[in-house]
This record gives sequence, structure tokens and C-alpha cells, in this order.
Amino acid sequence: MDTLFTQAFATAFIAGAITAGVPLWLAGLGEQISEKSGVLNLGLEGMMLAGAFVGFSVALATGSFALGFLAGALGGALVALLMVLLCVVIHLNQIVVGIAITLAMQGATSLAHHVMYARDFPRLPRQNEWAIPFLSDIPVIGKAIFTHHPVIFMAVLLVPLLAWVFRSTHIGLNLSAAGEKPAALDIAGVSVGWTRGLAVVATGLLGGLGGAVMSNIGAGLFVPFITGGAGFMAIVLAMLARGRPTWVLGSALIVGLAMSVTTALQVGGLQIPTDVVQMLPFTLIIVVLALFGRRAGLPASLGLPYQRGAR
Amino acid sequence: MNRGLALKLLGWLRPIAPIILALLIGALILAALGRDPSAFYLQILRRTVLSPSGAQEVLVLMAPLLCLAASLIVCFRAGLWNLGVDGQYMLGGVFTSAFAAAATASMPYWLAIPCLVAIGIAVGVVWSMVPALLRAYQGVNEIISTLMMTFLALSTGAFLIKTVFDDPESPVPQTIFLPIEDRLPRLFDSLVHIGVIAAVVIVLAVHVIMTRTAFGLKLQIVGHNPRAAEHAGLNVKRLTLAVFAISAGLAALGGAIDVLGVRGVVRADWHPSFGLLVVPLVFLARFHGVAVIAFVAFFAVLTIGGESASRRADLPHDFLLIMMSLILLILALTDHLISRLKGR
Repeated sequence: MDTLFTQAFATAFIAGAITAGVPLWLAGLGEQISEKSGVLNLGLEGMMLAGAFVGFSVALATGSFALGFLAGALGGALVALLMVLLCVVIHLNQIVVGIAITLAMQGATSLAHHVMYARDFPRLPRQNEWAIPFLSDIPVIGKAIFTHHPVIFMAVLLVPLLAWVFRSTHIGLNLSAAGEKPAALDIAGVSVGWTRGLAVVATGLLGGLGGAVMSNIGAGLFVPFITGGAGFMAIVLAMLARGRPTWVLGSALIVGLAMSVTTALQVGGLQIPTDVVQMLPFTLIIVVLALFGRRAGLPASLGLPYQRGAR
Repeated sequence: MNRGLALKLLGWLRPIAPIILALLIGALILAALGRDPSAFYLQILRRTVLSPSGAQEVLVLMAPLLCLAASLIVCFRAGLWNLGVDGQYMLGGVFTSAFAAAATASMPYWLAIPCLVAIGIAVGVVWSMVPALLRAYQGVNEIISTLMMTFLALSTGAFLIKTVFDDPESPVPQTIFLPIEDRLPRLFDSLVHIGVIAAVVIVLAVHVIMTRTAFGLKLQIVGHNPRAAEHAGLNVKRLTLAVFAISAGLAALGGAIDVLGVRGVVRADWHPSFGLLVVPLVFLARFHGVAVIAFVAFFAVLTIGGESASRRADLPHDFLLIMMSLILLILALTDHLISRLKGR
């Protein structure tokens, strides 16, 4: 029992929560951007898978984590372009296309994995971490919170950045208009198609980056279906956050914490059913929805294609 | 006249063209991977429709899929997105399986089976009341809540199997095994059990109810325009609850049939994930109960035959997911083209 609550354990536990939470909040932030603009992106899971695969492959081939993350983000964005073409340019049903994209990427990454890695299951070396001076010297949290790959610190900085973009910039205003009343945005002379299109591409970038974090930092390898529903979880978090990036961060950390507790308990050999722990965040979310659901203001035009002049 | 004929032709081509195109693109991908497409497709047929036992397996797989299709038809026609069918399916299966051995031991067989099915359905209905009430009274988007309830269902099911429903005599966490003679009655000594027929009847019944009865019409009105439905004096809240109850009940029935017909036992790591695959089929059939039977049959052939063909071609069977998504995308595109043609 004593060994369970050592400093090393606490460090691993908190660091695990952050590693598990980062992909969720990156993807959740991405989804939030496209939802704000009125596109419900159910292809997020597929974009994350694409990012995970491309990110892993590039990191493996070049030996550079930075290039891997960049490639992962671009991979996700490429898949997002398909969604833009089908949903924004030619107004197909967003839910059908989203599911199709997720299925396609599940199949494609699994196939590519089979062709490229199924023989020797390559692994990445441990990533080079980056310790923030002074802060990383604090016991426990210094190692757990302030010593990570730079991409994780970037993910944190993204939260206030997006909050600022949403609240105080023209871009944020255009996004909201495209989601609430696209016709008004059109009349104001801003292209709804471009606004939504760029929003979806941003979703792909962040989702792909989240996927790459999962494969490169979380696992160190790629296996088929590695995202395991994280994309759908991120969609839930984004909707729950109702346009506030800080809520995405908070809820993703809670889910990450629950996942980390699960592994920690297994390591510690405690006999608490891990399924119960995994249920906690979702039960919490349901309770939150039941209490505050009435005010859950999703964009008025979410999921509806915009065609000029159409009624 | 000429355009009318063209539209009629398009109407016929609409469901078939996406499948043919997807098979063609699939063949190109196979060829690009250095596999023989004709051998691949031939193996699919050989393993399924051309072999007696394969054909029976296809029919057996169709039973739970048809229940899911019926479930989705009800909610889609009513304009609600019940994306939590996997969770409802799983819990229906888990609870049925948990009580199966005890029920068949303590009751006559003809009573035990209906009771078990009823337990499964009831669990699914109760489970769906969370998103249903949230949707009806709090206006919470059902896509979020049902997706989340699926995650919750997976953990809940696994937890129950590891604790209260665990068979103490088995080394791995699983429910008590249901002997083959206590499962659903089989037809003519084949693998095909009575659940297959029940599932077909249910899909057809759902179709008739949704298209030919006042209740179905009410649901369709709610689906097309909830505000108009409210003005017409329909109780939208109560109808929403009814849709969720029926939809979830049917999904859970699928789980119960799966367990009572084939599985006989549920392990803690059971992750049924048919839902996302049946959604495209239901769209392909345009929510039509008769058409969906053909598409489900096609999908079952592709699944069972494809698994064997993929193994022979040294490919992961997830390869089939690419085909499914192609069918879905091409279908959406043809729909778009047809509506544009009609619009002009």
C-alpha cells in the first residue's frame, strides 16, 4: 500500500492524465470550431485515425517527432478537405458523410498498417521531453505537469488563443454567424462556404494532431483503431462545452484523469473495478446535461447546409 | 415524358449504382495492392450464397442486423438520431444472457424464451429513457447523449459481467453459458433459428406501422417539422419518448436474439459495434423496410464472405469498411444528382 502513494506514482498518474487528455482536448477544440460554424463533423474519429497513422509513419521514417506531428495535422486536414468538398461545396448530409469518412479511415489505416507494419510492429523511441526551467523542479507536479513534449504545451496555449479568437476577433464573429444565421453572414459579404470550409480544415488539423499525439506520445506505435472512439468522445465534449474552449480543456482533463486512474489502479493492484472508474466521467456529463441541458445553446444552423436563396 | 422516363430509370439505378461502383473501386484497390479482384469476389460468393452452411450463416447474421435496421428506421423517420443503438444492443444482450441459464432452468422452455427477450427489450427501453427525457424536456441534442450512453453502456455491461453476472465457475469474466438445446429453436435442423423469421416480420411490421398507420404518420410529421406537429396538436414530448422506447427496444431485441440464437454467453470484453455499419444500409434503403432487407442481406454476405476472402488474400477484414464507406458516399452523391435533376 505504501508503494502506491509514492511521489513517482503520483507523477506518473498526473502525467498519464495529461497524456490521455491532450488528444481529447485537441480534437474537442477542433470540433468546436466546425460546430461553431455550423458543421457537425462526425468524421472527427476518421481524421484522428488519419493523423495517428500519418504522424506515426513520418515520425518513424524521419526520426523527428516535430515532423511527425506536423504530418499528422496535415493528414487530418487532408481528410477534412474531403468533408469540405462533400458537405460544404455540394451540401451532402453531414452526418452521413461524417460516418462514411470515419468508416473509410478505419478501413484505410487498418489496411495501410497491415501492408506496412504488420510484420514487425515498429515502435518509436521515447520522445524528447522539454522541461520548463524552474517550474519543472517542483516535486511531483514539476515532473508531471511541466515536463512534456513541446506539443503538449502548445495544446495548452491553444485554449486561451481560441477563447480570444472566438470572443474578440472578426474570425470568431464570422464563425458564429455562419453557425447561427448563415444568410446574415452572406448578406454581410462574407462567404459562408469559405468560413465553414476553413473551419472544417482547422478541425482536421487539430483532430489529426490529436491522433498523432495518441500514437506518438501515448502509445509509441500505431495499431488499427488506435483512437478507440476518442473522436466521438471529443465530439461529445465539444458539444457539452457550448463554444467555450476552457470547458473542453476541463472536461478532457477529467476524462483523462479517469483513464489514468484506471491504469494506475491496475499497476497498484487495487481491486476496484476499472469499469466503474471509466463510467464516472460519462455519468458526470449526463448529470451536467440533465441540470444545465436547457441552456445547451448549440448553433441554430448546426448540421444544416447553406444554399443561397434556398428556403 | 422523356425526362419522366429518365427519372424512373434513375430511381431504379439509385440503390444499385452505388453498390456496383463501390465494388468496381474496391476491385481497383485490390488490383493496386496486387490481389486478384475476381478471385476475391468469387471467394465471397463461394463462402456465402454458393455454400449451404455459408448461406445459413448469412441468414443468422441478418437477424440482429435487421433488428438494428428496424430500430434506426423508426428513429430516423421520426427525425431523431439514436446513435446509441450499440449500447442498447449490448445491454439487451448482457441482461438476456445473465438470466438465460436461470430462466431456462426454472421455467418451461416456451415461457423462458419470451421472458428473456422481454428482459432484454425492457433494459434497452429503460436505458434509452435518459437521452429521451433529456431530449423531450431539456432539449438536449440526442446525438451527444446517445453517443455518450454507448460509452457508458460498454463500461456498465463489462462491470456487471465482472461482478453480479459473472459465472463463478469460469476462469474469465463471462455470463453463465446457455446450452445449445436451450437456445432459440432452429428450423429444419439448420443453423437458422426462429429469430431470423421474427426479425424479418419485425422489419416489415415497422415499415407498415411507419407508412400506413396514423401513429406512423404522426411520427413522420414530428420528424419533418416538430413545430408544425406541435401546432397540429400532437404531443411532441410523448411521441419523442415513444420513438426512443421503440427504437431502443428493437436494438436491444437484436442483442437478445444474438445471445439467445448464436452466442449463448457474453464475455466482459464484448464490444458490439454494428450500429455505424447499419446506418448506411438504412440510408441506402431510404428508410424503406422492404428494401433494407435486401441491403442487410448484401451486407451480411459481404461481412461473412469478405472475412474469408480477405484472409485468403492476406488482407485485414477491415478492408470491407472502405467498401462500405464508398457505397455510402456514392449513394449520397447520386441522391444529390437526382434531386438536382428533379429540381430543374
